[in-house]
Amino acid sequence: MMMLELKNIRKVFNQGKSYELVAVDEVTVTLEAKKITVLKGPSGSGKTTLLSLAGCMARPTSGRIFLGDRELSSLPERFLTEIRRTHFGFIFQQFNLVKGITALENVMLPAYPLGGPHGALKKHARELLELFGIEGRASSKAEWLSGGEAQRTAIARALINNPGVIIADEPTAHLDTKLSREFMDIVGRLKEQQKTVIIASHDPLVYEAAMIDRVISMRDGKIEGTKA
Amino acid sequence: MHSWIEKQRNIIDFTLSSLSRRKGKNIALLLVYTLLVFLLASVMFFTHALKREAALTLRDTPEIVVQRMAEGRYEPIPRKYVEVLNKIKGVTSVRGRLWGYYYDSVTGANYTIMVPENFPYKSGDITIGSGVSRVRLAEKDDMIPLRAYDGISIPFHIRGVFSSESELVSSDLLLVSEPDYRRLFGTSKDLFADITLKVRNAEEIPTIAEKIVSLLPNTRPITKREILRTYESIFDWRSGILVAILTGSVLAFIIVSWDKASGLSADEKKEIGILKAVGWETSDILLMKFWEGAVISLSSFLAGVLLAYVHVFFTSSILFEPVLKGWSVLYPEFRLLPFIDPYQVATLFFLTVVPYTVATIVPSWHAATIDPDSVMRS
Amino acid sequence: MRKSSLFFVYLAVSSLFLLAAFAHAQYQQNRRWPELQENMRLVRTLELTDLCLFTEARYTRNPSLADFYAPFQDHPCSLEHFPSGSLIMPNRGKAENHAFMD
Repeated sequence: MMMLELKNIRKVFNQGKSYELVAVDEVTVTLEAKKITVLKGPSGSGKTTLLSLAGCMARPTSGRIFLGDRELSSLPERFLTEIRRTHFGFIFQQFNLVKGITALENVMLPAYPLGGPHGALKKHARELLELFGIEGRASSKAEWLSGGEAQRTAIARALINNPGVIIADEPTAHLDTKLSREFMDIVGRLKEQQKTVIIASHDPLVYEAAMIDRVISMRDGKIEGTKA
Repeated sequence: MHSWIEKQRNIIDFTLSSLSRRKGKNIALLLVYTLLVFLLASVMFFTHALKREAALTLRDTPEIVVQRMAEGRYEPIPRKYVEVLNKIKGVTSVRGRLWGYYYDSVTGANYTIMVPENFPYKSGDITIGSGVSRVRLAEKDDMIPLRAYDGISIPFHIRGVFSSESELVSSDLLLVSEPDYRRLFGTSKDLFADITLKVRNAEEIPTIAEKIVSLLPNTRPITKREILRTYESIFDWRSGILVAILTGSVLAFIIVSWDKASGLSADEKKEIGILKAVGWETSDILLMKFWEGAVISLSSFLAGVLLAYVHVFFTSSILFEPVLKGWSVLYPEFRLLPFIDPYQVATLFFLTVVPYTVATIVPSWHAATIDPDSVMRS
Repeated sequence: MRKSSLFFVYLAVSSLFLLAAFAHAQYQQNRRWPELQENMRLVRTLELTDLCLFTEARYTRNPSLADFYAPFQDHPCSLEHFPSGSLIMPNRGKAENHAFMD
């Protein structure tokens, strides 16, 4: 499993304009493999931007990003997408399930362009849903799932390509305490499976959980402090 | 290769699920599109088949038909013109034709009444077309009265009815003897309706036609080529109703494609963003959009063309019948011989499937290149 | 069954029907050739010049023989009278050859 390194990362939105915004300002951080790291900070601190950059969802304005010893920041779009597909799984704040298709189809979605055997893909997707206790909802359309079921489906989707790194942006923002705890149990299981997990959250239930290996505090685009 | 096929199938699975999300709208789109193709293909099949059948059927039509002009209209032609035309070099035979139109006040139908070169029956006998038989409810051995020019009703004994298979040429025909014809219309023995000529060498027809005009300036020779050209341009796209049908169809098609091409909805953009975020490349998104367009257009094209074939060649263009029949009382019942031009079908394919598919892909181009980061922030 | 499979089945069946339509057309041309020959014989023996398509009026029944003025009946401003008149174009061949004579 590879380490994720961000060196002197800077991300500026609307550069050169009067409403220019420096979202991440000269951040250098190493995200260790097989560990759970939480990015903590208030709204506008740059945690979501840093997650995006770490997960190859956006390009830095300056600085370099390494996955192991492979530099990602200068790769063309096509290669970045390939990296994103094989190494990263994303859990979005709003879950972002595709409406109108079933939970099972949502889980299989990231693997569709790979063209692998359909039967095997379907079986793997069912296993993931079973792992999170929602196999019974496999045929339900995404819009009919409860909040907890939608989140688990989103987690299963993030795991379909067996990525090494899971990135979650405010995963408990729309969940009650019970479901938030259940989410953290799942995070614990991911750690047991040797996954690297990076979570952005301002929920104490997340960043104060016992299983968390490291908490990085951010404010105004900079790292304020780190607590192991 | 297998992986490529599986990828296409996966994307089609997703596309079909996505389309069924807006089931009502997409079903309506499919129906409208199919209707457009059906209409265009029906017109295409009908006109092509009719033109081909006309070209074959009329292959042995007279080489030259000579008519006399008077006061800007065609009038009966004098018998003495036959001798003049016989003297033209290259003409092998000349025959005065007797034919005209008979309006049947009982039914409101128009018939074509003719004297064949060899009428096999005697005076008082008649052969009728099956259209006449149908309209007058008259069969072989029945009597059918025709009103002469002086108001006297003359009974005719039906000796034969043309077969229904020959309706395309004989539906409204009444064949009588020469004395009966002249009695019916009061036509003098010195007059014919027109004169037909047979020519030794078909290449000489235009030259002979010129000679006819110089010898008989008040005549108009109509050549075989001109007769056949009438049917080459029948239902030409410039003619009235065809322009109306095609314009309507083309406009409807443009509206449908414009709706697609004018941009994506917020939902569609969001969906593309999610797909980019979970690892779909720009090319995968465009492939999805291609299949979205192709599924609708291919399905509609095939359904429309097949329905058109059944419509034209199995139901004898039943939907066009009111247009074709017009005010006719006697409308021939015929089944066109199926002639399909594969190039026309291919052209229809490229004119319907390709533009719609492109119209689906193009507006997605910009959205497909979306930065997936924006999905994180939505 | 997968949705894509259903779609491919539909495509395959429709395409087969389309091929069958071409084959049917060819078959009908061969089978009904005697009918066509009979019509050709009638055209030859009766010296017919037109198909019997539109029996509304003289110039629609025999468009190849109609004079150019027939659609206008007896008045130059008389517009197209009969529905099927709007289906048939004036014979351009005749117009080109006869124009100088009128």
